[in-house]
Amino acid sequence: MEPHAETAGPADALTPRRATRSAEERYLGGVAGGLAAHLGLPVLWVRGAFVLLTVLSGFGVVLYAGLWLMLPLEHEVEEAPQGIAAATRLGKRTSRLPRRLDDMGPMVALAALAVGALLLLRQLGIGFGSGFFWPLLLATIGVALLWRQADEAQRARWASSSARVNPLQAVLGGGGVASAVRIFVGIALLVSAIGALVAQSGNVSLLDDVAVTTALGLVGVGLIVWPWVYRLTSDLTDERRARIRSQERADVAAHLHDSVLQTLTLIQKQADDPRMVATLARAQERDLRSWLYDDPGRTVDTLSAALRAAAAEVEDSHGVPVEVVTVGDRALSPDVDALAKAAREAMVNAARHSGADKVDVFAEAGPEAVEVFVRDRGHGFDPGDVSSDRLGVRNSIIGRMQRHGGEADVRSGHGEGTEIRLSLNRPAGEDAR
Amino acid sequence: MNSRRRVVIVDDHAMFRTGVRAELGNHVEIVGEAADVDEAVEVVRRTSPDVVLLDVHLPGGGGAEVLRRVHTHAPNTRFLALSVSDAAEDVIGAIRGGARGYVTKTITGPELVEAIGRVAEGDAVFSPRLAGFVLDAFAGTIEVAQIDEDLDRLTEREREVMRLIARGYAYKEVAKELFISIKTVETHVSSVLRKLQLSSRHELSRWANDRRLI
Repeated sequence: MEPHAETAGPADALTPRRATRSAEERYLGGVAGGLAAHLGLPVLWVRGAFVLLTVLSGFGVVLYAGLWLMLPLEHEVEEAPQGIAAATRLGKRTSRLPRRLDDMGPMVALAALAVGALLLLRQLGIGFGSGFFWPLLLATIGVALLWRQADEAQRARWASSSARVNPLQAVLGGGGVASAVRIFVGIALLVSAIGALVAQSGNVSLLDDVAVTTALGLVGVGLIVWPWVYRLTSDLTDERRARIRSQERADVAAHLHDSVLQTLTLIQKQADDPRMVATLARAQERDLRSWLYDDPGRTVDTLSAALRAAAAEVEDSHGVPVEVVTVGDRALSPDVDALAKAAREAMVNAARHSGADKVDVFAEAGPEAVEVFVRDRGHGFDPGDVSSDRLGVRNSIIGRMQRHGGEADVRSGHGEGTEIRLSLNRPAGEDAR
Repeated sequence: MNSRRRVVIVDDHAMFRTGVRAELGNHVEIVGEAADVDEAVEVVRRTSPDVVLLDVHLPGGGGAEVLRRVHTHAPNTRFLALSVSDAAEDVIGAIRGGARGYVTKTITGPELVEAIGRVAEGDAVFSPRLAGFVLDAFAGTIEVAQIDEDLDRLTEREREVMRLIARGYAYKEVAKELFISIKTVETHVSSVLRKLQLSSRHELSRWANDRRLI
């Protein structure tokens, strides 16, 4: 697909601007919306002009239908710069305003077009009484429905991110049942219009012949056209693959920008503060590591995930690296959750009070018990004389574990560092391994 | 330490090699550097160093390829794997390829010097994370009367040592905790390393398979 001349900058000012039909600002074919954007006028004015032309002579209908046929549908997918597009795909920004169906403008336009259609038929000398009136009206509505569906399907193909073009989806688009109904009703209207015309010509016996001939003709055309259609879909598939690859590259670029570039900027600003620099670098390392190596499908509600999250939080707020090693895993039941919270409290204590430059966390979830060890090599304290500033240990760690049927041991001594062991025996909750 | 260890640094990032060089300072003698597999093979054969600091991710097939091509030609050279990745496949892949230990690049200078000394003497270097992986891989019980039973199972003592290392204990702290000598700790760790390298234990292969190691 060609890039959009509409968005072209001064560099290629020689390329003529091309009008498109709007994919967003639309009710029927998006003609008024697209034309308004192209001419730089309010949509309501353009719709008004169509109404006026329609009411006066019925010409508005012809013009609208002609433009619908000739103008390409606006291609909305590849307009944004790669970083922006990636951010959109990752859900970090909202795209354009959602379509509003309660807008009065489209309703007015649609009603006016209907009136205009009647007027136009009158002008052609086909009144309500004429035998041609109803068949023509039916055919018009049928054609409009089918065109509309073709647009929907095209949009769905652009928006789709799957690698293969599904032939069924190529026709139906993303609309599901509504699309199928639209196609069915459109075809039914056309067929009955033709049927009605033939019936009016008086020769009802001809109807069968016409049906058979039409069916045979369609089969013939289908056989001739099929190879082209097939190749077209495989071309589309290739093109989509290429597009997905470039989107993935864009996602990588966007991630690098969001995380690494910003951290580098921050580090330059904080260059005088070694502790801050280390904290920033550590946080960035953790982020990049999890992005590169973590299994995206990894569940969040497990002990190991909770411990990792707590460690990250403590690292960021206290600037002390926390190394987490887990063996086995366990789903977060209330008891296991309490264990994780107590472990977090122990990490905070170690980072805040021990003066150690590193905290080690080890969790082992076996069939019999779940144990977590939080260890630092700081200056330690005497567990026998837990003063008031150590209230955290007594309440949030020991008390919490006891309330949940577990236990907590504190091993510490001056100059020996501290190790807190938290354990739960036979905890409820699935083995999440 | 009687004499300075002769060390080769293999890493495709020149900046990282410079950083390691600076951190190691005068504690070791750096006899060569290499940036890819071919260079590494050539440098190791030419200088036959005591220890090679081997990056796991390396152009030309990775650290495992270097191990495969050099290991038999340089029987006196030990390898210490070094990586930014904590991914299980990297860790276990390097060990099963013949490395005597695994540390991440965040290791501090003094710790790295100590690890080099340990590897040079034929001992194994286990980081807490590697110990965690080992416990994971050898978790559960297996049926008795299986072939190679010794290789396929950790003894209770070895398991205790692994758990302490995973908890962040240094070898001498492990020794103190278990009332054994440091030498005994080293023996246990080396024995675990051997099992990790040679075991065909069903659970280990399945565990490795889950993580696309085989």
